[in-house]
Amino acid sequence: MFKSLVWGAIALLGAVALAMVARLHGEAVNALWVVVAAVCVYLIAYRFYATFIADKVLRLDPRRPTPAIAKADGLDFVATDRTVLFGHHFAAIAGAGPLVGPVLAAQMGYLPGMLWILAGVVLAGAVQDFMVLFISMRRDGRSLGELIRTHMGSVPGVIALFGTFLIMVIILAVLALIVVKALTNSPWGTFTIAATIPLALAMGAYSRWLRPGKIGEVSVLGFIGLMLALIYGRNVAESALLAPLFTFSAKQLCYILIGYGFLASVLPVWALLAPRDYLSTFLKIGAILALAIGIVITAPPLRMPQITAFASTGGPVWSGSLFPFLFITIACGAVSGFHALIASGTTPKLIANERDATFIGYGAMLAESMVAIMALVSASVIDPAVYFTMNSPAAVVGTTSASAAHAVSAMGFPVTAGTIDGVAHDVGETTIISRAGGAPTLAVGMAQIFSSLFGNKAMMAFWYHFAILFEALFILTAVDAGTRACRFMIQDLIGLAAPSFRNATGLVPSLSATLLCVAAWGFFLYQGVTDPLGGVNTLWPLFGISNQMLAAIALTLATVFLFQMKRQAYAWVSALPATWLLICTLYAGSLKVGSSDPAVGFLAHASRFQTALADGKLLGPAKSMADMQAIIFNDRVDAGLTLVFMLVVLSILAYGIRACLAARNGEQPMDEALVAS
Amino acid sequence: MSLLRNILAKLAETARLMVGQSSYPAYLAHMAACHPDAPVMDEKSFFRERQQARYQGKKGGRCC
Repeated sequence: MFKSLVWGAIALLGAVALAMVARLHGEAVNALWVVVAAVCVYLIAYRFYATFIADKVLRLDPRRPTPAIAKADGLDFVATDRTVLFGHHFAAIAGAGPLVGPVLAAQMGYLPGMLWILAGVVLAGAVQDFMVLFISMRRDGRSLGELIRTHMGSVPGVIALFGTFLIMVIILAVLALIVVKALTNSPWGTFTIAATIPLALAMGAYSRWLRPGKIGEVSVLGFIGLMLALIYGRNVAESALLAPLFTFSAKQLCYILIGYGFLASVLPVWALLAPRDYLSTFLKIGAILALAIGIVITAPPLRMPQITAFASTGGPVWSGSLFPFLFITIACGAVSGFHALIASGTTPKLIANERDATFIGYGAMLAESMVAIMALVSASVIDPAVYFTMNSPAAVVGTTSASAAHAVSAMGFPVTAGTIDGVAHDVGETTIISRAGGAPTLAVGMAQIFSSLFGNKAMMAFWYHFAILFEALFILTAVDAGTRACRFMIQDLIGLAAPSFRNATGLVPSLSATLLCVAAWGFFLYQGVTDPLGGVNTLWPLFGISNQMLAAIALTLATVFLFQMKRQAYAWVSALPATWLLICTLYAGSLKVGSSDPAVGFLAHASRFQTALADGKLLGPAKSMADMQAIIFNDRVDAGLTLVFMLVVLSILAYGIRACLAARNGEQPMDEALVAS
Repeated sequence: MSLLRNILAKLAETARLMVGQSSYPAYLAHMAACHPDAPVMDEKSFFRERQQARYQGKKGGRCC
């Protein structure tokens, strides 16, 4: 009785909060209402929907030994406390994705993004994470690729492996692009990021030879070094002698990152990757907690409108209308296919009891969704005019504050050149114009929240660069680790044809696979950096489409699994979100390929340049006929890649339907060992 | 007091697992229970083994 009263109160509070957020007239909505609405939705979803999935759909069995018990080895398979494992899983799934997507989606106003994040996580994202975690746990902690092979056949297994590889390439390119956008012509930011390399090498040496295993100690030392680099970064930026050494154009940064990506991923892991992983992981968790506290204490009003005119037409940040593009712009935070790789990675091998899977699989995804909500809030508390100044490409707003003020005012967000210069000065940068990619906008929002938390506006520049540092640091760690992971995938794929290539220690296979991987993401990074529409416009939709397609693949696997377990009465739990993702991604993919609007369709864009080329005209940013050729070539590659993604997901869908039909016709559950006792 | 110490120990364990270091005491307990005669890694080798295992690339790693 008391319990139902409490849940009734939570439901009522959530409904009130949602009504406050969604009311169409009146003064600015306070960010706290967004947070309250989100928390109420999460609590209700966890209490009722997650429990339903656990008890009725998957039928978790607390008496059944998990792989951590049955295959205990003290290393990979270890029964672990559920709260400890929750932290591990959350740290593995929450990265740049939930921070960037919502910031980009804010161009439509905060309401569409918020509603998709909440609906997506409850019905799709958390369901996917939970179900894949469960399936992997019932299958000795096998990976997504192996699970697809086991449950659907070896051909879809290979197709999924190939699709995952392409997704990795796009993710690495888009992550690197975010760093480029944040550090272009920013000596302060570039200096602090550059300083993390010698710092991490020193930490690596310390934990290799001086004090192995003392992670806390070496992390504290590293953190002190980071803060010093951050503080003295300002002096570097103000020094006439040093500033030019750390001032790079976007193209220069692109080459530096490509070179760095190669070198970092061939060094031994203890030297650079592991120590920087400590710094970036702990800084990430700390910054997320600090942001949560900051939003709750300062309770800032949302200055971005609920819905902007760009919702129906597409806007300066990215092109295309709300449907389908909102649903691929916000991936992480609502539903992210990449999580299926993590939920079938280390986590299922560490679960002590099947019952814990709800908290870890469904619960950690709700926590990640909260991160996405906070990113959306951070992007919405800043002046919308500043938001559009930062996120519009140079082709729209020009490169001076006068031209940007003019263009952004014309969008309906009045602003003066003085305001734009003032914000740049406050955050310690020479310019804030056209810094799309999410990180700088989020950094301005975080700087505003943190500096008002401590009531000191002079600290804004410090907080801005702190936010840039925290994002760039874990993105670089992801680029390093991702390049390694990608290299193993290439070796596996080539190994299908030439088995000797799988040799992980051979110098020739590993170096050539690394080179191939870096060249692949470097190609897309370079293309993004030189894109007239700012790169994000091209690469983020590719990333979104591929990531959501991986989610559709994972949910298809979950549906097949339910059929094979003879639980097809509940198959809608995974089949409905899978269908929604298929509709969004296939529709978005076909628009990216075939739309006649050159801002949306790759081929339309190519043919615009082709026509100009035939007339002997140059279109910006191309400065030569060779540039024109390169742009046309890039567009065709992007269109081809989108088609490949669509083929991958359609073929997995076909194999999935076939497997479901076969399982439905069978008398017995496919595999007795799978069925709970 | 012991409650506070418990919380701190749990936080430390969580932080270590976040960067791929599973529990060394759990490893020792497992070896003692299941393989009492097998050689046991010391803490330093265990740390290095786990570090290497985390970044081998096939384990899913982390998200974007």
